[in-house]
Amino acid sequence: MESITLAVNGTERNLEVEPRTLLVHALRDDLRLTGTNIGCDSSSCGACTVLINGQSAKSCTMFAVQADGADITTIEGVADSDGTMHPMQQAFHEHHALQCGYCTPGMVMAAISLVEEYPDLDDQGVRHGLEGNLCRCTGYQNIVNAVLAVAGSGSKGSES
Amino acid sequence: MTMTDDPATHLDSAGHMGRPRLRREDPALLTGEAQFIDDMSLHGEIWVGIVRSTEAHATILGVDGSAALEIDGVTEVLSGADLAPLWGEGALPCAWPVTDDMRNPAHLPVATSVAKYVGDAVAVVLATSRYAAADGAAAVSVDYDPLPAVVDIEAAVADGAPLVHEDLGTNESYTWPLIPNPEAVDEAFANAAHVVSERFVQQRLIPAPMEPRGVVAAPGVASGELTLYSATQIPHILKVMTAVTLGIPEHKIRVVAPSVGGGFGCKLNVYAEEILCSALAMDRGVPVRWTESRSEAATATIQGRGQVQHIELAADDNGKVQAVRVKLLADMGAYLQLVTPGVPLLGGFLYHGCYDIAHYSFECTSVFTNKTPTDAYRGAGRPEATYAVERAMDSLAVAVGVTPEEIRSRNFIAADAFPYESCAGLIFDSGDYQTVLDKAVEMAGLDGVRATQAQRRADGSNRQIGVGFSSYVEMCGLAPSRVLASLNYGAGGWEAATVRVLPTAKVQVITGSTPHGQGHETSWSMIVADKLGIDPDDVEVLHSDTAISPTGLDTYGSRSLSVGGTAVFMATDKVLDKARLIAAHQLEANEDDLEYVDGAFQVKGTPTAAVPFAAIAFAAFTAHDLPDGMEPNLEAHVTYDPPNFTFPNGTHIAVVEVDTDTGDVDIVDYVAVDDCGNQVNPMIVEGQVHGGVLQGAAQALYEDAVYTEDGQIVTVNLGDYLVPSAAEAPAYRVASHVTPSPTNPMGVKGIGEAGTIAATPAVINAVVDALRPMGITDVAMPASPQTVWRAINEAQGGAS
Repeated sequence: MESITLAVNGTERNLEVEPRTLLVHALRDDLRLTGTNIGCDSSSCGACTVLINGQSAKSCTMFAVQADGADITTIEGVADSDGTMHPMQQAFHEHHALQCGYCTPGMVMAAISLVEEYPDLDDQGVRHGLEGNLCRCTGYQNIVNAVLAVAGSGSKGSES
Repeated sequence: MTMTDDPATHLDSAGHMGRPRLRREDPALLTGEAQFIDDMSLHGEIWVGIVRSTEAHATILGVDGSAALEIDGVTEVLSGADLAPLWGEGALPCAWPVTDDMRNPAHLPVATSVAKYVGDAVAVVLATSRYAAADGAAAVSVDYDPLPAVVDIEAAVADGAPLVHEDLGTNESYTWPLIPNPEAVDEAFANAAHVVSERFVQQRLIPAPMEPRGVVAAPGVASGELTLYSATQIPHILKVMTAVTLGIPEHKIRVVAPSVGGGFGCKLNVYAEEILCSALAMDRGVPVRWTESRSEAATATIQGRGQVQHIELAADDNGKVQAVRVKLLADMGAYLQLVTPGVPLLGGFLYHGCYDIAHYSFECTSVFTNKTPTDAYRGAGRPEATYAVERAMDSLAVAVGVTPEEIRSRNFIAADAFPYESCAGLIFDSGDYQTVLDKAVEMAGLDGVRATQAQRRADGSNRQIGVGFSSYVEMCGLAPSRVLASLNYGAGGWEAATVRVLPTAKVQVITGSTPHGQGHETSWSMIVADKLGIDPDDVEVLHSDTAISPTGLDTYGSRSLSVGGTAVFMATDKVLDKARLIAAHQLEANEDDLEYVDGAFQVKGTPTAAVPFAAIAFAAFTAHDLPDGMEPNLEAHVTYDPPNFTFPNGTHIAVVEVDTDTGDVDIVDYVAVDDCGNQVNPMIVEGQVHGGVLQGAAQALYEDAVYTEDGQIVTVNLGDYLVPSAAEAPAYRVASHVTPSPTNPMGVKGIGEAGTIAATPAVINAVVDALRPMGITDVAMPASPQTVWRAINEAQGGAS
């Protein structure tokens, strides 16, 4: 077992993990942060997307030990402490950009990172920027609209 | 919203119904608070890892678990034979024996002697952790003696084909005919001016909801109770089937579907893992759990479609179709799951499409193959039927020399013909198919698109334009129980609802529908709130737990609103009926003299004499002053059995651009005009259309469960199986036309499957339209760049 320290949603967490433990399993099973979902085993679907030092990453694609010392933001960490949703969460709500909601935490995290990195997004920019996050319910149009609304509003919020 | 026909104007309501309303389900899902099955953790739980056959067909000579047992955390390795006493004779259920002579081989949760498809469970590992279960399953060694496999369905019915089930002596499960008047069909073909004859292949599809399946079975050791948590669409049906399969008394079983991450039909089933975990939990007295991996889902979860279709149309010289004749070969896979055999028959009544055709001949032969079982997948039989008839109608248009829209117009069931008795024996409820098509044509700007198409053709451009139509009608709102009985289905088609008014005038609705993304909590609250004149936020909607909602038949077949929502509507009426009696008592008035206005009963024309709903709710609770003989409390239960199916319909138009150098297809415009009757929440309706259309378009262009000749599946994960991303998805332009269904009091029909049903033929008709000048009349699905390029190259005389 390895000892690692992760700063998760602003709180330092020490944990013991196997060297082969995936980051997503450390978050879900060890820290019980189950908002980050697992949708595949080939890094294809993006349901497990979190921010690592402010950059979106698929947490099934790295070992927990690789994240030792990193700042990690999960879906549980993006709303304000008073419960007010992050502008991206709010935009998803207002644009009906989720149905079953399983891909949603990963999609929201990827979208937050995308808008941070590319402030001048257009429709195609959003579509290609979110290509690594699959949704089976919405057909994507409302997701694209939600992300464009946040990109256009300048109310991106800062999470890292 | 892009509605061109405001649904709100069609409802007799000044309230919430018919207007977009944001979903109350969203915040928990957006913040990670929602609990999906794998989010659970129970004290003392053990993990199941499943060893799955790597052979399509093989005798199991032995299971060696010694290496697995060396792994830290692995506690047991169990073969199918070891496990057999847990379920005895109890095999996995098939609830739809479509014919009396249907062959239905015993289907044990874990195979004992012969593995019949890649992915068939052959042994089980128990372990103390997720990782140990996976490691253990990988370390079990199974000794197989391979047998010949049958993979292709046409090969399966050929003489001398290997047999999937040797003891049956055949690969045929059943043959189901629907030929009301064979002579009339023959005569129509003998006298036809035009005969169209087509063969289409419906490739197998992997449903791929973003959440794989999962099960947690928790025993009550002292009580003999079982709580079964499962990522399922059907907790109510699963409870009955678990009781029947394992012999656990039904009243000792509670089934809970937590937040479920999509289903699309593949979670409408009773799976080996649900029975396995339940049996082990009861036997060992500890919680037993299993979470499916995505790669496992490729073979352990049912697949959709899998048919070879032969369709013929007989038409007069004007292109008016007189008869349709269909022969279908349907792939069951290795075993019959819950409704496997019934799926092709759900399309079997709809091969005449939305056309007024006099004579009908349909025959389905269903066959076993050494592949994962098929079962319901979004649309279930209806996408296949719609594909066949819509492709054939385009061929007929070419034969007659008219446009696709003209051939459809000449054959539509007329708006004044409803209720319309179809040649297959259904009574269609309502519709105005021509108006819907006209609206779609207008939205698509068809003249402009055709002008661009002509210009590109004249220029010899390598970016050819195609326009594809799909006019559809489907039967949903499953279903009248008596009709299901006539189809040999093993259950009814009713739905239950309870509306319970609490002392403080807040309302609990208990529904037998089981949402997994459809937003029933929001929509049901709108229905109740409008009727009671209260705020939807004052209405809680409970579901998906048989301890809370003991009676129900769950969510599939676009049935939730038209059956479950109607039950909610009617239960609210019953609550109001009782409330009216209480109000009349308090006002010392005749109940017939009362009217319910803005959440209060008043004597007609005398607003000053009014009793608000809240006062009635509290009076019903205290029971201090109720009419003589009235029971306290304000609550009503309704079980609603619909008198008919509902028949959503529409016309979709896809415009594609085909790169003739690479074969790449791009959907450049997509117009959908649907008639799903009255709409409760148009925002949700539009969302269902978007997602449905992409799923249908994905069959046309991307998705295919690919098997090798020896039965190995190639597309085991989302890297190989192309669920489209936002980059592939088109933009949708959606509108509606409303003809309320006369079948239910809200006039609703259903929208969950319509997009998927419509989209596949629209896209392929567009691809074929783009390439028709090259002499191409068909393109196989999925129309991948490779497939399209080969078709072009072949048409131009090149090698394929």
